[in-house]
Amino acid sequence: MLLLQIYVFLLAAFVGYMVISRVPPLLHTPLMAATNAISGISLVGSLIAAGAQRNGLSTLLGTVAVVAATTNIVGGFLIVDRMLAMFKRDAKPGTPAKPGHGG
Amino acid sequence: MRDLFINASYLGASALFILGLRSMTRPEAARRGMQQAALGMLFAIVGTMVSAEIVDYRFAIGGMVLGTVIGYPLGMWVPMTAMPQRIAISLTFSALAATLVGIAEYYTDITDHGTLERFKMGAIGFEVLLGSITVGGTLVAAGKLQEWLPSKPLTYRGQNLFNALVAALTIGLFIYLVVNPANPAAFALMIAGAVVLGVMLVLPIGGADMPVVVALLNSYSGLAACATGFAIDNQILIISGALDGASGFILSMLMSKAMNRSFSNVLFGAFGSETKAVASKSSGETSVSPISLEDAAMQLGYAQLVIVIPGYGMAVAQAQHAVRELGEIIEKRGGEVKYAVHPVAGRMPGHMNVLLAEADVPYDKLYDMEEINSEFERADVALVIGANDVVNPAARSDKSSPIYGMPILDADKAKSVIVLKRGMAAGFAGIENALFYDKRCRMLFGDAKISLTGLIGEIKNV
Repeated sequence: MLLLQIYVFLLAAFVGYMVISRVPPLLHTPLMAATNAISGISLVGSLIAAGAQRNGLSTLLGTVAVVAATTNIVGGFLIVDRMLAMFKRDAKPGTPAKPGHGG
Repeated sequence: MRDLFINASYLGASALFILGLRSMTRPEAARRGMQQAALGMLFAIVGTMVSAEIVDYRFAIGGMVLGTVIGYPLGMWVPMTAMPQRIAISLTFSALAATLVGIAEYYTDITDHGTLERFKMGAIGFEVLLGSITVGGTLVAAGKLQEWLPSKPLTYRGQNLFNALVAALTIGLFIYLVVNPANPAAFALMIAGAVVLGVMLVLPIGGADMPVVVALLNSYSGLAACATGFAIDNQILIISGALDGASGFILSMLMSKAMNRSFSNVLFGAFGSETKAVASKSSGETSVSPISLEDAAMQLGYAQLVIVIPGYGMAVAQAQHAVRELGEIIEKRGGEVKYAVHPVAGRMPGHMNVLLAEADVPYDKLYDMEEINSEFERADVALVIGANDVVNPAARSDKSSPIYGMPILDADKAKSVIVLKRGMAAGFAGIENALFYDKRCRMLFGDAKISLTGLIGEIKNV
């Protein structure tokens, strides 16, 4: 089990490194907002803690964690969408595409 | 059957997360990619909700409803200028969630079985340790960015020694707990120590170093989520946490490289506090020459190529819309306008790009440092708006300067330079900027937004 987990971790970290190192500085702020939204995945663990009826403390802490994680998911994805909607190319026709940006 | 469905939903979510992040390499694909990632999140939530472990839906659903009510305004109404502190607070939330889940896991195992497996204790220990450091650190960072706390570095004697002691205590308790897990008092003390450590590590860090710190804390919160995945044996937490951790790690490396400083220097150096001695050395050579609005408007109005260099001052004055308006007028008169963005300009990675995009500056006019530096020689005017250290030529030439070696924008190579600045206070690093004393450089003092509005009015008369 541990070996499998480490395997998954290393692969995901490697893929993450390869993908994210190609994100241009232009989009670094939306990238941070995006990874924040994705980190709301802690909701998965929080839901179980909140709903498994194990003991009072687990339910209480789990519920607070559900609130915190959901806040991140809802707020995070909305903010990323708002931000990315602002990035526009020059509308004027005939503007040559600049290498390195988009394309 | 149920397990298959859950695992399929997690697999789908992981794939959509990775594709979403990959879409961020291209601005025109990014929005759609992230919408798909949000869909992936929905898969993961549905998959979890059908899991056999959840028997009581009241708190799970109630919590999600409350989170949505809080999250919606945080997503829709927070202005772009407040984005650095907004990001810091969302890191607090994700680290808080991971920490609380860790505490709940620990408490449940201790009450049910009286002890924990060593491996699980190790994973939970990492989870709450990293989570608590991040909670403490991001709260201080958000306070500084919102200016509820002084953004200057707070230092005192014996700071590094105190931090080292707290770190040693916290790590000592962690090791102790892995050997003897059934000790809730030690567990609570470890959490308290980690929160204090997070607070203490960020307090001495000044505003301009925030991009590195926020990125580093982003990486911690990702690793905390990862550790949660190890503790409760959940692959999607491991995958998402690793993605988050990798992103934070890459960004903090890029940021510290853009300041030519090492991690340890940022974290323990307390930059601004120790450079006053250097400050007096270079001043007093010549005086700066101010420029009138009319003259500045004249230069800009007849320039063929203007390169705008925005800095944190533009964000403070909320001048991004005025910048875009000025740029459009220059373009209408036949000049060309480009925007040069230094990687650490502002308070978080990519801060200036977002503000200018908000003001409707097309992103193909925003240039990274490497792309634009060769063009300054051709520029008639380099217009510096509230930026300072990122255009200080001392970084190239003066070996005694604290920012020596930091890559800068070559504004001093432009045919003329106009600097919009509030006053003659030194930049964040507390050092004089040799650019301001250059004979080709003229200063336009005042609030950036007011100066720009004045320039816009004057150019129309040129």
